[in-house]
Amino acid sequence: MSSPKATLEILPKGVQALLALGAIALAAFPLIPSDSSDFYLQMLSQMMILAIFAMSLDLLQGVTGLVSLGHAAYFGLAGYALAFLTPADVPVSLWWSLPVAALGAGLAALVIGFFVVRTHGIYFIMVTMAFAQMVFFLFFDNKELGGSDGLYVNFRPDASLFGWTGIDLENKTTFFYFTLVMLVGIYAFLRRLLFSPFGRVLAGIRVNEHRMRAVGYGTFGYKLAAFGLAGTLAGVAGYLWAAQTGFVNPELMGFHMSAHAIMMVILGGMGNFAGAIVGAFAFEYVMHFFKDLTKHWQLLMGSFIVLVVVFAPRGLLGLGERFMKKKDAA
Amino acid sequence: MDFANFLIQLLNSLQYGLLLFMLAAGLTLIFGIMGVVNLAHGSFYMLGAYLAWFLASQFDSLVLAIVVGTLIAVALGWALEWLLFRHFYHRDHLDQVLLTFGLIYIFEEVRSILWGDDVHSVPVPELVNWSIPLTENLSYPVYRLVISAVCVALALGLYFLISKTRLGMKIRAGAFNREMTEALGINIRLIHGVVFALGVALAAIAGMIASPISSVYPGMGSSVLIMCFVVVVIGGIGSVRGALVAALMVGLVDTFGKVLMPQIAGMAVYMLMAGVLLYKPEGLFKQ
Repeated sequence: MSSPKATLEILPKGVQALLALGAIALAAFPLIPSDSSDFYLQMLSQMMILAIFAMSLDLLQGVTGLVSLGHAAYFGLAGYALAFLTPADVPVSLWWSLPVAALGAGLAALVIGFFVVRTHGIYFIMVTMAFAQMVFFLFFDNKELGGSDGLYVNFRPDASLFGWTGIDLENKTTFFYFTLVMLVGIYAFLRRLLFSPFGRVLAGIRVNEHRMRAVGYGTFGYKLAAFGLAGTLAGVAGYLWAAQTGFVNPELMGFHMSAHAIMMVILGGMGNFAGAIVGAFAFEYVMHFFKDLTKHWQLLMGSFIVLVVVFAPRGLLGLGERFMKKKDAA
Repeated sequence: MDFANFLIQLLNSLQYGLLLFMLAAGLTLIFGIMGVVNLAHGSFYMLGAYLAWFLASQFDSLVLAIVVGTLIAVALGWALEWLLFRHFYHRDHLDQVLLTFGLIYIFEEVRSILWGDDVHSVPVPELVNWSIPLTENLSYPVYRLVISAVCVALALGLYFLISKTRLGMKIRAGAFNREMTEALGINIRLIHGVVFALGVALAAIAGMIASPISSVYPGMGSSVLIMCFVVVVIGGIGSVRGALVAALMVGLVDTFGKVLMPQIAGMAVYMLMAGVLLYKPEGLFKQ
């Protein structure tokens, strides 16, 4: 059984206002002078990148009802693509390397999707995980692909266009704004997609795939297309991650990365993309908080995950929705 | 590859496959009967190995350590089923995935607090710490044969338990139709507890008997977990017989892959899985 419980497909006014406020706050953040702003800029950029990654998974997990436990594979592949495309002595152009990396990840998702999309429920979870592990070992075992140590990305991509050098990604603030624009753009794209005919078919597959087939939709093709698109968008996130950190290793496509993405989507509330963003920020914040608190952070993180699953399986937005309903009833 | 070498690799693949079967059998039983996917299954393997190391150094005897360790594993499995898993049988698979992923973190940290993060080795018991000579310079360690023998004995015991005893009959009935079984006055909750404890014990025993040949290290659970998933997917979820056939196949492909094509050895098993999925999307022995 897949999961029929998408939260709040149509976002209430309150949530929309909150998201807009959040975007404005992010856009204003670099303007606040502070000693440690470099650190926070990097951290927020990373959170935004993970939010893109979580949204790409939400397209599968929340919208289509396909729980992929191997989504990090496509995130990592695009990161590695940037590492290979960047020469040792000069930066690579953003304008062709980003599409190549993202589409490469999307192509890998299509190939793997061809095998996994024909499975259902629990098989899908296990098989996506197994294929991601296969990609992991391909890079982990081969010295030519970086091996267990990974690879360095010597330069951030060069965004100059026909001699115009207005965007310099080596600058932390510029990179921050670039990521923010990508986040907002992909969010807007996915929200449009959700209510397009294609998005409606995907939601129909989540609710009842047999019925969609009976109505005459070739669900295999739709699911495969969703898998490929999700892989491509995960690739965008992975590319940005590699550009920001300047480093890729097999852990980027590891089992923990995939599980964290699922957790982000759940934590926020799935099926509406806004939840994925909220979840990614909340999850990363909690993780940093626990890591600063104690060296036994795994115990806290594990307990946190267990508690969320037991008490808030519909995520933060789901909690908010319940709270508002109670208020209306009173 | 000459015959002696071939024989060594064949025995190794058999031993690896049987060990995987011990883990996959518990995973597939727990899924087949309770409908729970358990990512923390690999953690039980790791805890078993650490228990063997710790108890063997206390008692000075691996056999005694395994006996006591098995009792601890049964108790742990029983308690986990009672406290947590029981409440997740009817929840979404997604919730089960997350719950058990959270448990992986908790088990890793508990292990780190109790026994630290060092790599340890467990001595092979004196009695079986010798090798059978095959040619002038090739020999085969007896302990590996002992592992295979123990696994075969346990597999036969499992077969006997499930298909020949009254408890096994109840387990099969519970897997087939839960409500009807309850209506007949069988305590299905007790059956679930027994099956879960059995699965945990099998995983922990696998970790304990494997500890002398594979050193005991943090994170040893996650690699074995993924192999178990591959085995269960190939065999068909819920089928113990399928798990046995698939585990032996995976053992063969992995071992001979490492010898014949070391560059892609890590991927060979997954290619096998992809092939099976194309041909039978629900595994070889789907029930």
